[in-house]
Amino acid sequence: MKVRVEVFLKPGVLDVQGKATEAALHSLGFVGASEVRVGRIITLDLKGEDKAAAEAEARSMADRLLANAVIESYRIEVA
Amino acid sequence: MLDMKSAVIVFPGSNCDRDCAVAIERSTGSKAQMVWHAQSRLDDGLDLIVLPGGFSYGDYLRCGAMASLSPVMAEVRRLADRGTAVVGICNGFQVLCEAGMLPGALLRNSGLKYVCKPVTLDIVNSQTRFTSAYAGRREAVMTVGNGEGNYFADEATLDRLEGEGQVVFRYADNPNGSARAIAGIMNGKGNVLGLMPHPDRAFESDLGSADGALLFQSVAASTLQPA
Repeated sequence: MKVRVEVFLKPGVLDVQGKATEAALHSLGFVGASEVRVGRIITLDLKGEDKAAAEAEARSMADRLLANAVIESYRIEVA
Repeated sequence: MLDMKSAVIVFPGSNCDRDCAVAIERSTGSKAQMVWHAQSRLDDGLDLIVLPGGFSYGDYLRCGAMASLSPVMAEVRRLADRGTAVVGICNGFQVLCEAGMLPGALLRNSGLKYVCKPVTLDIVNSQTRFTSAYAGRREAVMTVGNGEGNYFADEATLDRLEGEGQVVFRYADNPNGSARAIAGIMNGKGNVLGLMPHPDRAFESDLGSADGALLFQSVAASTLQPA
């Protein structure tokens, strides 16, 4: 199964990369851009056919390593 | 001479490990052993374990995330539970947070820049085994060198850290946006310290400050008297 984990800083945690990217977009003339956030995407293959089990395993991976719950939240997609 | 048994953990990408070993020896007169991170056994008799600065595992995923899972970290945790003093400096502080041995996390600096300069620290708690040798001094000068030194924790955690005397050092002039200008914290038991400034770059006056030596001397003094 293909697993995709998106990790972003939680709302309220200062995302300086997002802020800098937003300022750069503005300087290019994309003045309508706001709330720019920079995150991380991790993809992996997982053995097995059970989607729910894959999701649970991916969640465990995110909790233990892929995201830091103090500052980050994540979203998992399994296909 | 104070006899202290100390170890400096070397992760792939550590770059202040030798500085730490020299700083410990010059400050306390005791040699430190260098321990490769893959080692799965540490000497029970250690008084001090230092996690040095650097870029362990190239800061992959998050600063300190990979190193927090190194084999030696289970041993660092075991000895910390037994009361051994543990000091994480800069990247070492990030490793301790990632390992869950200290609360909070270190974010990218609010000004986006890598900050490398001497800073004045307020010694918030001088009654710790890391600060006793400062003997009531209110300030210390050390150097910071970090791009991700912006300490973050939720408000409840920050309140608890302040209320319990776990904030040990605070920046006089916050260089990186750290919450409540926090530069260094310790755990509730008082034997695990994490700080972004480098005592290992401030152990003799030729380096601009000798104030870092007092931190290592404090730990050495504490080993003479059972905690």
